[in-house]
Amino acid sequence: MAKETAVGAEGVPFELEVERGKIRELARATLSSHPAYMKDERPVSPPTFLTTMFFWEEHTPGSNPWHRVELDPKRGMHAEQEYVFFGPPPRAGTRLVGRSRIESVTHKEGRRGGRLTFAVMVTEFRDATTGALVAEARMTGVETERPPQEGETR
Amino acid sequence: MSPTWDELAEGASAPPRTVGPLTRTDFVRYQGASGDMNPVHHDEPFARAAGYEAPLGVGMFHAGVLATWATDWLGPENVRAFKVRWKEAVWPGDVLRFSGKVVRRYEQAGERRVDLELACTREGGGVAVQGWATFVVV
Repeated sequence: MAKETAVGAEGVPFELEVERGKIRELARATLSSHPAYMKDERPVSPPTFLTTMFFWEEHTPGSNPWHRVELDPKRGMHAEQEYVFFGPPPRAGTRLVGRSRIESVTHKEGRRGGRLTFAVMVTEFRDATTGALVAEARMTGVETERPPQEGETR
Repeated sequence: MSPTWDELAEGASAPPRTVGPLTRTDFVRYQGASGDMNPVHHDEPFARAAGYEAPLGVGMFHAGVLATWATDWLGPENVRAFKVRWKEAVWPGDVLRFSGKVVRRYEQAGERRVDLELACTREGGGVAVQGWATFVVV
């Protein structure tokens, strides 16, 4: 059962360096061959690039507050994901500082009965040099009251 | 060349892209790149023990391909927002269709912007991912 007491929990800041090779790798894995990713010396990163934050968070203990929500892994899944950019997406060579917090834990009745619990974590990314807000990631996880049945969708 | 402001009236679109049949390799390549190594997406015995008949598609993989469809059309440097909601699971062998259109064209803070609605649809199935994006038009 997801914990409402997790709302407001904040992780410690973590560093994320936007790397050219990682941009190519993620662009290729998402089936893009756009020259802006493959040929530019300082390419912008793809829209979902910041998902690679997990490579960086795991080296900074206490940076990811998501576990505080205690979503049941057997009944939990990724429901929504959003990225907002306050200018062009960060380019290779940019050093970012990310900071995550639990924004909300809410409940809703599912269409086929059973209560759904939604939890949202927001991660702010700032330029490590200037402190300017560069991007925001918003992850929504959902937990069902009982495991989904065969062929059932939300 | 990205399309111009005049070409991006409400309802404007680009040709859909069809991808697939999806392979386990598509999932594994994405998992390695993203760092999400959840075995349910590549380890057949693990996926079966979890109640699935095959490795479950990686939601962020086809969400990422949906983002690719949009940035290939309107330019990687111009994206300002991208959001997805997962609706239906995806499996190896699925053929996916990626599409979208302009739903709003406006000026904000001296910038020309368009909002898009996007979809990733399973051939012979339903919508796997609904998406929304905002791009500046230069």
